[in-house]
Amino acid sequence: MSDKTIEFIEKGRRLDGRKLDELRPIKIEVGVLKRANGSCYMESGGNKVMAAVYGPREVHPRRMEDATKAIVRCRYNMASFSVEDRKRPGPDRRSVEISKVSREAIEPIIIKEHFPRSAIDIFIEILQADAGTRTAGINAASVALADAGIPMRGLVSACATGKVGGHIVLDLMKEEDNYGEADVPIAMDVQNDKVTLLQMDGRLTQDEFKQALELARKGCKEIYEMQRQALIAKYTV
Amino acid sequence: MNKNLVIPGDLLSSDVKQAGEGTYVKDGQVFAAIFGFVNKKDRIQVIPLAGKYMPHSGDVVIGKIVDVRFSNWLVNISSPYEALLHISEYPERIDADQMSQCLGIGDLVVAGVKDVDVTMKVELTMCGESFKKLDSGGVIEISHAKIPRVIGRKGSMISLLKSELNCDIFIGQNGRIWVKGREEDINHTIKALLKIERESHTPGLTDRIKEFISDRKPTTM
Repeated sequence: MSDKTIEFIEKGRRLDGRKLDELRPIKIEVGVLKRANGSCYMESGGNKVMAAVYGPREVHPRRMEDATKAIVRCRYNMASFSVEDRKRPGPDRRSVEISKVSREAIEPIIIKEHFPRSAIDIFIEILQADAGTRTAGINAASVALADAGIPMRGLVSACATGKVGGHIVLDLMKEEDNYGEADVPIAMDVQNDKVTLLQMDGRLTQDEFKQALELARKGCKEIYEMQRQALIAKYTV
Repeated sequence: MNKNLVIPGDLLSSDVKQAGEGTYVKDGQVFAAIFGFVNKKDRIQVIPLAGKYMPHSGDVVIGKIVDVRFSNWLVNISSPYEALLHISEYPERIDADQMSQCLGIGDLVVAGVKDVDVTMKVELTMCGESFKKLDSGGVIEISHAKIPRVIGRKGSMISLLKSELNCDIFIGQNGRIWVKGREEDINHTIKALLKIERESHTPGLTDRIKEFISDRKPTTM
């Protein structure tokens, strides 16, 4: 898979000049959509993601409702203009899978028992993609949930690690994702130190995997701080 | 003001007995469950900045009739749950076939929350002095989390609005506010209310609202 012509790491710096354990620059804005109950716009490197949260609200269709707790629904969608070649709009195998894993990454921190017979709907729109959209989507959705005033046990932060040119690196960008050896997106509840999403594409040895997990934990902590700052900034005069 | 802002998962206290609204308890410690301002006066609670209205028995709300059923009115109270107003809770004794003449679809009522059960079945009542059908005036809807700001500390904001704006104002706990008066007064009141909603988290709000109201006064007089 790896393309020998590309030299990923030179003198400890990556293609875009980052260190091995450095995140891409992140920008988070809270409450960008007027009609959503909670919303968040996030940029992480070349990724541009919008997340909206509606609810708790009535469940339609009715048969999906749960008499004891809220249900959480999540839709991950890529805009047709989000990638270089136009993406055919609408759900496909990939986005259905990411919707499901994103929901499962976010669901455990929501205190669903407060809202029986209701639904919390999360919409993640990818406006521009540059590797690591699912983690960016989860980060944005988590902030949007807090903005919507939904009770949660913490915030979910997510970032990817991977193996590129024999090195374990944090937050892969497009070239590294396409030609690297492994991609491991991880989402976690930083305060409670619980992992809610872990996927792996490629191969890692046990030691490399442990190293990757540790690196992801560090990345998630950094992202968590940025999420917190973004939320607080909304109500700072 | 800033240091009181907490986000979900922040540790608030290790005294479980103090856990109030907007918090949760885990391993003998109290954490914030929602994003908001923390208030540590007697019990620790987190005051929300957003969120849907959750009905509690004893609340007074402004509801909108959305359906007339066999012996119940179905009422939207701008919460995730629709409320039921039983025919026997209407102030007068009426027959089931007269229901839509008394309260038709789209009518607004001031009603009390009589009971909320564990499955969030909400029952309303209109038997009580302050409960009535709203025939005149207008209703605006703001976030229910901002209602305490509209009322103000010990009612300071609401008494300011009532005395300065020549309007009858009634506040429903669910975020709907009924305003009655001359048209230009109503418009001004609504502007003031929306300003309160927008700037609810900033200090010195009552003074700024006072300024906002008096700024306009000369033009109307």
